[in-house]
Amino acid sequence: MADEKKYTTVSIPKPLYDKIKKRIEGTGFTSVSDYVTYVLREVLASLEEEEKEEVFTEEEEEKVKERLRALGYLD
Amino acid sequence: MVSKPHGGKLVRRLVAERTRERILSEQKEYPSVKIDHGRAIDLENIAHGVYSPLKGFLTSDDFQSVLDHMRLSDDTPWTIPIVLDVMEKTFDEGDAVLLYYEDIPIARMHVEEIYTYDKREFAQKVFKTTDPNHPGVAKVYSMGEYLVGGEIELLNEVPNPFAKYTLRPVETRILFKERGWKTIVAFQTRNVPHLGHEYVQKAALTFVDGLFINPVLGKKKKGDYRDEVIIKAYEVLFEHYYPKNAATLATVRYEMRYAGPREAIHHAIMRKNFGATHFIVGRDHAGVGDYYGPYEAWDMFDNFPDLGITPMFIREAFYCRKCGGMVNAKICPHPEEFHVRISGTKLRKMIMAGEQPPEYMMRPEVYEVIRSFEKPFVE
Repeated sequence: MADEKKYTTVSIPKPLYDKIKKRIEGTGFTSVSDYVTYVLREVLASLEEEEKEEVFTEEEEEKVKERLRALGYLD
Repeated sequence: MVSKPHGGKLVRRLVAERTRERILSEQKEYPSVKIDHGRAIDLENIAHGVYSPLKGFLTSDDFQSVLDHMRLSDDTPWTIPIVLDVMEKTFDEGDAVLLYYEDIPIARMHVEEIYTYDKREFAQKVFKTTDPNHPGVAKVYSMGEYLVGGEIELLNEVPNPFAKYTLRPVETRILFKERGWKTIVAFQTRNVPHLGHEYVQKAALTFVDGLFINPVLGKKKKGDYRDEVIIKAYEVLFEHYYPKNAATLATVRYEMRYAGPREAIHHAIMRKNFGATHFIVGRDHAGVGDYYGPYEAWDMFDNFPDLGITPMFIREAFYCRKCGGMVNAKICPHPEEFHVRISGTKLRKMIMAGEQPPEYMMRPEVYEVIRSFEKPFVE
């Protein structure tokens, strides 16, 4: 059983590192890595949100609509 | 647009009819495993995408990652271990087994891994306590010695007395689309509605297109309202007090874990899969006893910038005699002496004593519904 989550190393410019280090002082973030992970997750999530929505087949959609009508959810 | 399913794609693990018939005709050839109602409901939720992106019960990598990091091993937020436990190994890794609930073959499972786990660690990390008086911890302590991970395929639905009210994510997504709702706020409940709930729901609805009331039906404690009472109470509330085209009611079956902050995230993920874009996080959400702080669940959301559903933190509502209406601590300037808190426990006691709660606590129509049941509470 894996006890630890696998991590990898990425490089960021030293001035940026220093800037982030200063920025997270007094916040809940305990390391630059934590902050960078947080920001990247946020950025990725917003990019994914822009991707197109899920589509259902016409047949599937019609079948579902029929059930929703029968149950009174749709007119 | 409605929320993208968690993990990107709505999971559906239902076998085609011909495959289902074949598997059922060969059922004696598979090792069989009996499961309880809670696990059967989990299976159904996996199969219908309520737990997307899970395709089955967690393997050890994912299990450990959920305990340690509140994320699946691929980094997707996931806070509650969805696991299948067995007392002994009666099959091997690589086997396909049939899972039975009360002699009904519910699903086929492809066993990827059988592994041991530490119950105290499970309890401490998920429930923040190892106290066996915590119902979630007690449940973990009663589990089998092994966990079985692997993907599942649903063969039969678990018998459901409330099938009419139980919508699946594929259905709610189409329903929301048909109604033209782009933003939807979901409300989780396991109680009959009082004015405090109504205030919170309507405050949230002010900012979005639609309100999705999603009561959790399932195992209940003695003294809780029975499922049919909750449904009927909401129906009558909808009839008299909710805008017709801006609110809908559908139930979900789910076994509460009472894991407080962690479970609040899980509840939000489930509603994201139903298509909700927003989720109301209440006071002491999914808590029990004094194990969690009243607003601890709110803070938990800070850890998940990539959750994909927006939490709405709406403070507990109470009636203020001076304001003459429902308010919350943020908007009411008056001292405590003017406040009447609406406690579910107090309401239950009043109802049990045959006393009608005042209208600022409970709508009279809701009270009438409760009264119309000979036995509104679980005995």
